Amino acid sequence: MKAAISSSAPQTLSRADREQVDLALAQYRDQPGPLLQVLHAVQERLGHIPDASIPVVAEFLNLSRAEVHGVVTFYHHFRRRPPGRHVVQLCQAEACRAMHCESLTAHVKRRLGIDFHETTADGRFTLEPVYCLGNCACSPAVMIDGELHGRVTPEGFDDLLAQQEAGK
Amino acid sequence: MSVTVYVPADATALSLGAQPVADAIAAEAGKRGLQIRLVRNGSRGLFWLEPLVEVATAAGRHAYGPVAAADVPGLFEAGFLEGRAHPLHLGLTEEIPALKSQQRLTFARVGVVNPGSVEDYVAHQGYVGLRRALAMAPAEIVAAVTQSGLRGRGGAAFPTGIKWQTVLDQPPQQKYVACNADEGDSGTFADRLLMEGDPLALIEGMTIAGLAVGATQGFIYLRVEYPHAHRALNRAIQAAREAGYLGSNVLGSGRSFDLEVRLGAGAYICGEETSMLESLEGRRGEVRVRPPLPAVKGLFGRPTIVNNVISLASVPTILQHGAAFYRDFGSGKSRGTIPLQLAGNVKRGGLFERAFGLTLRELLYDYGGGTASGRPIRAVQVGGPLGAYMPESQFDTAIDYEALSDIGALLGHGGVVVFDDTVDMAGMARYAMEFCAKESCGKCTPCRIGSTRGVELLDRVMANVERERNLQLVEELCETMLHGSLCGLGGMTPYPVQSALKHFKEDFLAGPRPSSAVAQ
Repeated sequence: MKAAISSSAPQTLSRADREQVDLALAQYRDQPGPLLQVLHAVQERLGHIPDASIPVVAEFLNLSRAEVHGVVTFYHHFRRRPPGRHVVQLCQAEACRAMHCESLTAHVKRRLGIDFHETTADGRFTLEPVYCLGNCACSPAVMIDGELHGRVTPEGFDDLLAQQEAGK
Repeated sequence: MSVTVYVPADATALSLGAQPVADAIAAEAGKRGLQIRLVRNGSRGLFWLEPLVEVATAAGRHAYGPVAAADVPGLFEAGFLEGRAHPLHLGLTEEIPALKSQQRLTFARVGVVNPGSVEDYVAHQGYVGLRRALAMAPAEIVAAVTQSGLRGRGGAAFPTGIKWQTVLDQPPQQKYVACNADEGDSGTFADRLLMEGDPLALIEGMTIAGLAVGATQGFIYLRVEYPHAHRALNRAIQAAREAGYLGSNVLGSGRSFDLEVRLGAGAYICGEETSMLESLEGRRGEVRVRPPLPAVKGLFGRPTIVNNVISLASVPTILQHGAAFYRDFGSGKSRGTIPLQLAGNVKRGGLFERAFGLTLRELLYDYGGGTASGRPIRAVQVGGPLGAYMPESQFDTAIDYEALSDIGALLGHGGVVVFDDTVDMAGMARYAMEFCAKESCGKCTPCRIGSTRGVELLDRVMANVERERNLQLVEELCETMLHGSLCGLGGMTPYPVQSALKHFKEDFLAGPRPSSAVAQ
């Protein structure tokens, strides 16, 4: 387990962020069992789920902070730190392994100079493993900012990266 | 008159460049002053031909593929709008052997229709099943599903009708239909293909399920890794609502049924039904102890049908053509058809819907054409990350639930991942344990602790540290996980490990190969 819930809770939400969290809460207030949807909405609005938003969400939904923290940390998709401008997900599951995604992974890590769950120093790319993108007949599969790519070679990845950089 | 051109907007087709192709076709038609109607259909599932462009002609739809944007001017030049010859011309789509030899019941409309259009769906026999169901008593609907022999296509293969009967038998109260669209198994994409290519089939199936058991609300639990399917489902739900097929008065019947898509958040375990219910309720996806069954006490404590996408999407066909029609496909106790998904290192990968009973060899070689690398097939994993690895000597096994179970394998959700002879099976066995350790919900000890110990033991085996003793421990650990885990994750992770040990023992005695030495 990572560090326990930030009992010291030093940070508070900025006014703008607090507004976004309130909007996320308002959006799902009348739904049954809304916590996952609220967290999705917070992450969509802020790019991540700040620790300081946890007590706000907990109080509004009448849950304990531990419950909300438990849900945030259970699911791989929820992030507690802001990601880079582009999120690169490399599939690591069996079908992609059958097409040697390990070599593509090694190339990408070298190319970006980071490991999984890290962000490049310039804040441009965050690298994450993913376990199946459902593109298993066109492995290895890569997703960049929600866009799916198939049969990605190391050279193909470099092209995709160049496109992203050109777009910025 | 304008010609209709189809370019798939399916995620796989897009991942291979379908969007630039669609853009190029629109631009080229504009440049030439030609009127075309561009339809973004789903994929036919023949992925080696994607992006597969189709043109509607009087003789039927002509197929061209795989098309790159650069091919588009040449296609116009050759007269592809009239179905003329071109090096990429594949003839009439329906005559492509890999499509023609299939028995498409559940996937009949996938790749054919415009996925967002109720009108197109109805024009292709959509909602016939629902209209039949509206004229039937709930018990009659359940009986039809039971008699069809349909079994859960998510992997557990439990008879769908029996599940429905249990929910129907519960006293009247709020009941739910929960669709499991958390298709996490590597090597599977049938749910995704259907949700993107024919989402209304799933919506119709869920509506019929609601009528059958008296449920008024349905949830689709969709994995967050499927953003394209998310958009397709939401569009289709909205369209169905506007056309009166969903809502408080389904087709003027006075019956109510509505649907909502809820997103998962990247947890494999949430494909397990009780864990999925926890997640739908907004909690950690920890497995529930059964009983009570979800059919008795499921979502929010209410009786709930939990079925996979393909199970539910097969229901309209059963209602439309009758239980006997569906039951007449298949072999033994495996009735109907199964969408098989061929993936990994395979030359012609994709989705092939066939009646049960096809052999693995036919699938791998007749449809798949062997490996993509051109090397011999050494192993296949059938049924996802919890499925057994099978060697060449087992390729003549028929693909049905019983035949696979007889040799200690399982069909699961119908995914088949192909590996060539460069695979390191010890590495794959280790990966199975590693995956279980990553994805364990943590509720039961054999899964939570056992998987981590499994990784350590296999590392020692591969490093030749007390190899015999550690191999013995791996076997014992597998037995403990098999019999002591709460759900299939811990309980089935031993399948790939034990089968790799049984059929590919030499890999465990050789030490790690360079290709598997990449640190994770």
